[in-house]
Amino acid sequence: MSSLMATPQDLVEHALETTTAEHCAVVVRDSSTANLRWAANTLTTNGLMSATTMTVVSVRTGSSGSAVGVLSRSVTSRGQVERLVTEADAAADLADPADDAADLAVGEAAADWSDEPGRTSLDILSGFGAGLGEAFDRSRAASRKLYGYVEHDVTTTYLGTSTGLRLRHEQPTGHVGVTAKPDDWSASAWVGRAVEHLTEIDVDALDAELGRRLGWAQHQVELPAGRYQTLLPPTAVADLAIYAYWVASGRDAYEGQTVFSDPTGGTRIGEHIAKAGVRLGSDPTATGLAAAPFVVATASGSSASVFDNGLPLAATDWIADGRLTALHTSRYTAGLTGLAVASPVDNLRLTVDRGAGSADDLVATTDGRALLLTCLWYIREVDPQTLLLTGLTRDGVYLVEGGEVVGAVNNFRFNESPIDLLNRFSEAGSTERSFSREWGDYFPRTATPTLRVPDFNMSSVSQAS
Amino acid sequence: MPPSHHLVDPEFSALPFAKLADTALQRARDFGAEHTDFRVERLRSQRLVLKDAGLVDASEDDALGCCVRVILDGAWGYAAGVGLSIDDVVRITEQAIAVARAARPMVTDPIVLADEPVHADRTWVSDYDIDPFSVPQAEKVALLAGWSRDLLRSASVDHVSAVVNQVRENKYYADSAGTTTMQQRIRIDPEVEVYGSDASRGVLDSMRTTAPPVGRGWEYLTGTGFDWPGELAQLPDLLAEKLTAPAVQSGRYDLVIHPSNLWLTIHESIGHATELDRVLGYEANYAGTSFATLDGLGSLQYGSPQLNVTGDRVVSHGLATIGYDDDGVETQQWDLIKDGTLVGYQTDRAMAKLMGWERSTGCAYADSPGHIPIQRMANVSLAASLDTISTDDLIARVENGLFVVGDKSWSIDMQRYNFQFTGQRFYAIKDGVLQGQVRDAAYQGTTTEFWGRMEAVGGADTWSLQGAFNCGKAQPGQVAAVSHGCPSALFRDIAILNTTAEAGH
Repeated sequence: MSSLMATPQDLVEHALETTTAEHCAVVVRDSSTANLRWAANTLTTNGLMSATTMTVVSVRTGSSGSAVGVLSRSVTSRGQVERLVTEADAAADLADPADDAADLAVGEAAADWSDEPGRTSLDILSGFGAGLGEAFDRSRAASRKLYGYVEHDVTTTYLGTSTGLRLRHEQPTGHVGVTAKPDDWSASAWVGRAVEHLTEIDVDALDAELGRRLGWAQHQVELPAGRYQTLLPPTAVADLAIYAYWVASGRDAYEGQTVFSDPTGGTRIGEHIAKAGVRLGSDPTATGLAAAPFVVATASGSSASVFDNGLPLAATDWIADGRLTALHTSRYTAGLTGLAVASPVDNLRLTVDRGAGSADDLVATTDGRALLLTCLWYIREVDPQTLLLTGLTRDGVYLVEGGEVVGAVNNFRFNESPIDLLNRFSEAGSTERSFSREWGDYFPRTATPTLRVPDFNMSSVSQAS
Repeated sequence: MPPSHHLVDPEFSALPFAKLADTALQRARDFGAEHTDFRVERLRSQRLVLKDAGLVDASEDDALGCCVRVILDGAWGYAAGVGLSIDDVVRITEQAIAVARAARPMVTDPIVLADEPVHADRTWVSDYDIDPFSVPQAEKVALLAGWSRDLLRSASVDHVSAVVNQVRENKYYADSAGTTTMQQRIRIDPEVEVYGSDASRGVLDSMRTTAPPVGRGWEYLTGTGFDWPGELAQLPDLLAEKLTAPAVQSGRYDLVIHPSNLWLTIHESIGHATELDRVLGYEANYAGTSFATLDGLGSLQYGSPQLNVTGDRVVSHGLATIGYDDDGVETQQWDLIKDGTLVGYQTDRAMAKLMGWERSTGCAYADSPGHIPIQRMANVSLAASLDTISTDDLIARVENGLFVVGDKSWSIDMQRYNFQFTGQRFYAIKDGVLQGQVRDAAYQGTTTEFWGRMEAVGGADTWSLQGAFNCGKAQPGQVAAVSHGCPSALFRDIAILNTTAEAGH
């Protein structure tokens, strides 16, 4: 950051000094991102981006309640901040009282408030790039092609309120995904990892795993649609669990719109919706999955309120021992629905009591024939009431016989509900850091086990290979 | 080009573009870049959300930033930031050069751009009447709250949501060949959905408006381009009928598909499949590839002879419509499928050159100042019949079938073969006559087989421009808005699933 530019903390303080509203919350997000993208063993696009965005929540309190103006804008200077705050104040002047109005969180400056924002840079990618260049060389020699993407982002959030709160959270996020195909595109394999720092990624190990999987695909088997014993690895379980998490709004459930709604009214809180021993939870302090420990809301919605900015986030079980224990609420929607306040946290962990072993371990103990999936793709909701999802297998479905992988199978379209699967799985592995193929770019912090499902519904065959 | 009576937003056009662009282009020239483009973009958006007539969200976003993209020794280098001073522009230009140098050792196919005439000092503004950001928020909220309250008076409606996304997009572009363009687009996406339940059967369901998102302004909600009072008045009865409708029997049916549903099938199975970047594998790790490979250009039987599909970025009110793309290419219309045969692809300049083609079709687009342009979808549209054929005429040709209206759930595989779609509502057709709704239906198909079963398309009176705001692609993820025009169409012998049976319930 050049010395002429205001620091994020300066921008927050200047906004709070500028506002004429009774109350104000200000969020500054300072982010930097570096990425590389490649296809067919050559780099395609890349980028180095930085941005600073400020959200101003102006609260005007009148006789009939509190009205709010919420504006978010790219800012770099004090002048831009003044204009933004003036416009947010004016929006609050013109607004009717907000239904979700509540007192802003009260507090003081956190110990790390004055720390500079974290940054990523091109250098972060250099180690990865060297490994990638070698992987390209190996791929050319082996008549195969690599396609993929790596990104590292550091976003530092500064949150200040007119009630004294000053909070900072630095969020490093990295992820890599690599698809490998033989030169004739007759098969496809994928590996992906989410990390906090790119140094955690071993490019050679990813490349070796792709080689192992393309080796499995040298023997190809056609199978028809049907119900199969299926091993869902942690990536595929994350693909499904994140969807269930995203539709876990308490208000939407209370208003009869989701799988968490009781068809006779209210929610299914307290009901056993999954097998005993199943736990789905979030914890901002979870090792390797650390996420913001306070609410950052730049817009209100079914599960969020801009008035809740800065409220502490706690470890929360959404499902505990198979029982639905919490749904996403703001203070306002908690009051509306009679549920406890439970703001969403930016990570998710699924565990099963006595779950043990990796996907490879579950392959080795498989009785009879099973399908081992790589990941799921294009997952969309077919029926909100049951959370029936459709989607496809992608980049490697493998046939397991006699406790080992014996070949690759065609892809399938599935129709399944993650909530049903949490009742029907017959065995679970240990929970490990995972990276959802479909949603990981947007929700990278997950830990999930491998699940064995005795009768996964492969609805039709997909010719995609 | 659609004529527009509006000027570019003066706050945007007042930025010191010439000075900033000269700085970026000169600094990149200092390092010997073969090509440089400099883009400044402002993206102003507001999302209005009402639940049960109460305002939930009216927050606004306003992103402003600039970026530099260079080709240096055959490698792309891209950098972006939010500062707009000379120093900021020098810094990101140098960063872009540094990125290109770092990338170079990993590049085996040098990047070269297809030729494009120079378009100097061009201004283009989309066709709309009322900029949504000029309408007082109270007026906007009052309209949606009034609609919501009317709907809540119906016994079948338990809850109602109303959401309107509004965007004003400004782009300034200058490149080292001398093209400079300044553009402005307005788009709007209104949706109203009602929710209800049938306690006796334990069924929960919803019904949503079928009004498409369009490249229009606030006038779209007040009488121009769509009959809102007409559609809103029907929603409660449509919901009530759906809640108590009999379940569909799975099996094979003839389908008449309304444009409000068919557009999404076109988007997924033709729009994405004819993107050249997917064909070449650039999206292999994310959005996927395409079955419509290069060896099929000019020969692949994509569908029946009734299948005539164009790509365009010029149709009035189209969401992908613009004057010049983010490669500086003037937009156009061209054939993708002619009489059922694949004849074209969507390209950007680098891909057009790679293929040895003369010119790009103008599909480069970046969704924000912080993202690099990639090949994005044009308005991909199915032509109507030249004959006068109504939707009722198509229905009259069906003995045992379904009429599908409105989009809902959608999914297609990574090569664009196998798809499954649901809809807002499915009506039974018996002996050429429309019956009541059936529920829990989904149609499944494989792209070329499905389009091969298209027996007839409706005439121009059945054609309408539909579309989406939320098409996702690329890494880092980018979102684009795109329109699809299509008529009603008749398909024979299509697989219908009962989704409740699929769920095993």
